[in-house]
Amino acid sequence: MKVRAGFWRRLSRMRVASAGFVIFGIILVAALSAGYISPAPPDRINLDAALERPSIHHPFGTDPFGRDVLARIVHGSRISLGVGFLARTISLLIGLFLGSLAGYFGGRLDSVLMRLADITFAYPTLLLLIAIVAVVSPGMVSLFVTLGVVGWASVARLVRAQVLSVKDREFVQAARASGAGHSVILLRHILPQCLAPVLVVYTLGLGMTIMAESSLSFLGLGVQPPAPSWGGMISSGIAFMRTAPWLTFFPGLFLTLTVCSLNFIGDCLRDALNPRLAPVLAKPAGAVAEAPSGAKEGNA
Amino acid sequence: MLTFILKRLLLLVPILLGVATITFVLMYIVPGDPVRAIAGERYDEETLARMRTELGLDRPLVVRYVDFLGRLARFDLGRSFVTRRPVAEAIRERFPRTLILALSAMGIAVLGGVVIGALSAWGRRPALSRALMTFSLVGVSMPVFWLGLLLIYLFAIKLHVLPPSGYGGGSIKNLILPALTLSFASMATIARVTRSGFLDALGEDYVRTARAKGLGERMILGKHVLRNALIPVITIAGADFGSYLSGSVLTESVFGWPGLGRFIVQAILKRDFPVIQGAVLFMAVLFVLVNLAVDVSYGAIDPRIRSEGGG
Repeated sequence: MKVRAGFWRRLSRMRVASAGFVIFGIILVAALSAGYISPAPPDRINLDAALERPSIHHPFGTDPFGRDVLARIVHGSRISLGVGFLARTISLLIGLFLGSLAGYFGGRLDSVLMRLADITFAYPTLLLLIAIVAVVSPGMVSLFVTLGVVGWASVARLVRAQVLSVKDREFVQAARASGAGHSVILLRHILPQCLAPVLVVYTLGLGMTIMAESSLSFLGLGVQPPAPSWGGMISSGIAFMRTAPWLTFFPGLFLTLTVCSLNFIGDCLRDALNPRLAPVLAKPAGAVAEAPSGAKEGNA
Repeated sequence: MLTFILKRLLLLVPILLGVATITFVLMYIVPGDPVRAIAGERYDEETLARMRTELGLDRPLVVRYVDFLGRLARFDLGRSFVTRRPVAEAIRERFPRTLILALSAMGIAVLGGVVIGALSAWGRRPALSRALMTFSLVGVSMPVFWLGLLLIYLFAIKLHVLPPSGYGGGSIKNLILPALTLSFASMATIARVTRSGFLDALGEDYVRTARAKGLGERMILGKHVLRNALIPVITIAGADFGSYLSGSVLTESVFGWPGLGRFIVQAILKRDFPVIQGAVLFMAVLFVLVNLAVDVSYGAIDPRIRSEGGG
């Protein structure tokens, strides 16, 4: 019975993962080719066609300015994915740099950096974001920089743990014995060993970051209108919930699909790359969900 | 156990200090003249001078920092720029509403999550089990604010059975939708954890032993499987408390729930810095304390955590 349960689990996981890849692939292609495939410019106002229900001409309806909702969603995917990728890359670079320094050199530097990570984790993520966004001027650049900086700690912890686990292995000792310097050892020999798990946190974090961007934009603290961010579109649709529910429904649906597909992909990468990592990385990937502290400390 | 708790308490000191410092630094790096940024377009020289003195901006940064920590120790969070009320007083008034919301959400999440997880692990029907797991995978990916709006649309606008928003003097009817919204992501996680806990426990030797000695299925599930499967659930429910705090910011905004989360958002839109600082700091400290309690209780349940000392 157990074997069968495992089999079903693996099978459904695989199907789930490929569904994730397909959905995310479609959204990614849409974002990259938004200018070509979008049925209309996202900001073309046509007051004669305001608040139209979904139809052949406007599959997702139109907003109070007569702008095509589908067009705005397609263009909004550029914002979500763009901010997400940029922010995650910033987190990745900071985390790789600080995490490998902490793991490789250890000592006081390590304890200072890890206490700093503790403090970052001590803040509920969305609150820290809100506190920062409250003081910097709102906009796309400050948004992805903020999201990127806030996300450094989880990457740094993971990289540190990976570096610690390989830095005394034979191939590193061999490199050291043959006279390689610290930077060569780190970059050529140690970091390549860390890339697989880092890829998993990158993917899972991407979903969280996109969710955080939308949450902030929904609160009016992120991407500012008239830019078609999904969170902002949902927020401005609230006033028309009774008469035009499609204004809130469709952007949210695409946000869910994006985050969901990224979580599927992340889960599958995690299992495929190393099943033993599962308990270390297992954490809810919702936007504001915090890692259970047990999992956080698993690799500390 | 006592040394474990003491160690965790000691670790708490630098973390709380760090959280306070970050909050302090953030609120004092407002680009440009902070006073002007706060006052916006409506400033006159008199107001600016008064605010400068109030913030102590004429004093050196270190003095201000020490002063800030000193006032924190006395739970003095300053006064709101807009209402002139002490921030601590406003937090005392609003926090209970957020707490009620968070606790109800946690109750729903634990109950719903355990039932869903247990059904999908035990109910050996692949179709049902897969449907439940898909629900839990999608559940963690759904934006809280969007889910809230969907529920409003369904239950308030279409079915007219529940009020769309507001506090309603604290009536249960007004609590249901926001609590359900806030519980959803956590419920999905708990369902997942319960399911794998159940599947693991079902394969353990003690279950086989229990079966071998002829215990009834109900007894095995209730006494042996459930109890062991629930240990991680307790931790998750506690650790998710932070997400309830963060999530309350969004949920309260959607439902017009007059708690601490909405208070923060309104303060940001008004650039009321003492309120933002105080309320955010309050939530962060609460989060740290709850996490500590979770760690300690986890150490009490699982001795292995204790001996590692927890990093």
